[in-house]
Amino acid sequence: MIVKTIKVDQLARVEGEGALKVVARDGVVQSAELNIFEPPRFFEAFLRDRMYSEAPDITARICGICPVAYQMSAIHAMENALGVVVDGPLRDLRRLIYCGEWIESHTLHIYMLHAPDFLGYAGAIEMARDHADIVRRGLDLKRAGNSIIALLGGREIHPINVRVGGFYRAPRRRELQPLAEELKRARDLALATVRWTSSFDFPDVERDYEFVALRGEGEYPFNQGRIVSSRGLDIAAAEYDEHFEESHVEHSTALHAHIKARAAYLTGPLARYALNAASLSPIAREAARDAGMGPVCANPFRSIIVRAVEVLYACDEALRIIDDYEEPERPAVEIEPRAGTGYAATEAPRGMLYHRYQLHADGKIADARIVPPTSQNQPSIEEDLKIFANAWLDLPDDALRHRCEQTIRNHDPCISCATHFLRLDVDRGG
Amino acid sequence: MKRIRPKLAVWKFASCDGCQLSLLDCEDELLEIAGEIEIAHFLEATSASAGGPYDLSLVEGSVTTAHDAARIQEVRKQSRFLITIGACATAGGIQALRNFADVREYAAIVYARPDYIQTLATSTAIADHVKVDFELRGCPISTRQLVETISAFLAGRKPQTPPHSVCVECKIAGNLCVMVGHGTPCLGPVTHAGCGALCPSYNRGCYGCYGPMETPNAPSLSAWLGKLGMDEDALKRVYRNFNANADAFRKESERHDR
Repeated sequence: MIVKTIKVDQLARVEGEGALKVVARDGVVQSAELNIFEPPRFFEAFLRDRMYSEAPDITARICGICPVAYQMSAIHAMENALGVVVDGPLRDLRRLIYCGEWIESHTLHIYMLHAPDFLGYAGAIEMARDHADIVRRGLDLKRAGNSIIALLGGREIHPINVRVGGFYRAPRRRELQPLAEELKRARDLALATVRWTSSFDFPDVERDYEFVALRGEGEYPFNQGRIVSSRGLDIAAAEYDEHFEESHVEHSTALHAHIKARAAYLTGPLARYALNAASLSPIAREAARDAGMGPVCANPFRSIIVRAVEVLYACDEALRIIDDYEEPERPAVEIEPRAGTGYAATEAPRGMLYHRYQLHADGKIADARIVPPTSQNQPSIEEDLKIFANAWLDLPDDALRHRCEQTIRNHDPCISCATHFLRLDVDRGG
Repeated sequence: MKRIRPKLAVWKFASCDGCQLSLLDCEDELLEIAGEIEIAHFLEATSASAGGPYDLSLVEGSVTTAHDAARIQEVRKQSRFLITIGACATAGGIQALRNFADVREYAAIVYARPDYIQTLATSTAIADHVKVDFELRGCPISTRQLVETISAFLAGRKPQTPPHSVCVECKIAGNLCVMVGHGTPCLGPVTHAGCGALCPSYNRGCYGCYGPMETPNAPSLSAWLGKLGMDEDALKRVYRNFNANADAFRKESERHDR
């Protein structure tokens, strides 16, 4: 029996901390586990007996990388429970702040976490020594996303201006104009980013994922839409619990999600693109085509191109919203507390984020359930490892370790959402 | 001759990653900072990691496991200066709400198999475990204050982070007082400055992200908040957020916990 062990204590350039264990016997991978050791923080427990209005600011603290996603899923679920519909300019402003988060989070991942893998650097700061202009382009693009969040939300991380029913203060039209100027420049940088990422060398692999994403009516999804899959699932967020289940495995403080009676599925940029590419704006569609993307991309290493296309779309969509914006009469709609259950799924940068709340008649939370994208993707990430690592077992240890880490980073896991600490532990037997 | 730069390490404990992300959010200053300081250990940004000792350690997150309680001792030993960044590291964070409850019940609510979960009954600040040289407040910290703190370290001076209340920042910003003007409950009078009076600038009451100011009079503020219609449970909750375990906020929330 061939025996070999590789260990990496900590996986870098992911949001959070986790470990990885691959077990192979006689050149065949037996199992692959992504271990998540992030200490549990118990949000669903301490949300009980808080007011419905407190959930957006509390759940934002689950993740400093995608706080807007948590705020958006929380407000939509609460509005669903309370029978409130928010539309018009307030709905557009929510899409706008979400554009900001996609630009910021995706650009962070593309330039600082993922591209160094393809270009052979330890990180963006090391990459800047040889490619200062490229790293500065990334920082400029990222800043444009942060500028949207800071203007609409008050600050980039844990924005303070989002509430159930709308906003505390709606921006004036003239406040958005300087943002438009910055976004026009950002759109050019995003287009350059699509071209740049499409020039990388990618392993020639494909996976047969079941993609799951929201599908909006004639729009690329951020806040709303039906939950659809590439194998025919088509449900409302309120039906999520009937179709998906979570299990708790010993190697992880994150729960694993599955489609009932089926298997692992994938959410995130690859899934959104496969299920919504026709709704991209013309400039984003054209850039994707020029980058050699078909209607579906099933190579997770190429997800960096899809992220770049989504950043381009988000810049373009933000400009459209700013151009069409009319100031709302009131920054928020009135809310009356009542008993009920509310459901919502929105598209966090790294995938679908589901919230469900049960409310008492006085508006206090009786029960909360949150399913972050990384818990949903974890089984698929483990399958990627199991399948891909088989072909790489003959590589030298350093190269194998790097490929395995890259396989995880392909999916931009946010382990602080799901939970932390990646340690690679390849056991080739005995 | 090659200049020897001070070595910086960034450490994570229980947290949302937002405060260390603030360093990457310094888009205008990041490459300049990296020129002045060797980023020797920062897992979220780079897989290159140089061993200790470190001249400056930035610590994010609170201590919630036995493993982390041991790890912070190691970090301290390896660090000449240790600065905590954010509400988790300086006060225990939102996860310190477990300190007011039974953590086993919490685990049973969230996990199907609570027996798989290893955690301490409390979430505590870094200063409860080791000597801390400077604390940077906020949930999240302000990037401006982070750059100021790193610059001060490099210049060998004390960082300028005024300990007065958010009220002073409202006066500087020229804001109308939301409490006097609109009757909106606001924690500004007892909350540490640093955000630039963000919430009142957006017509909202402060909700205490930066924790207690230097000499807060929370009982007096609570009496005013009561007059604005907040009941005992609301008063308890308003102090039980990201800085719930900071001394002044903890004591005041306990006064309203019956």
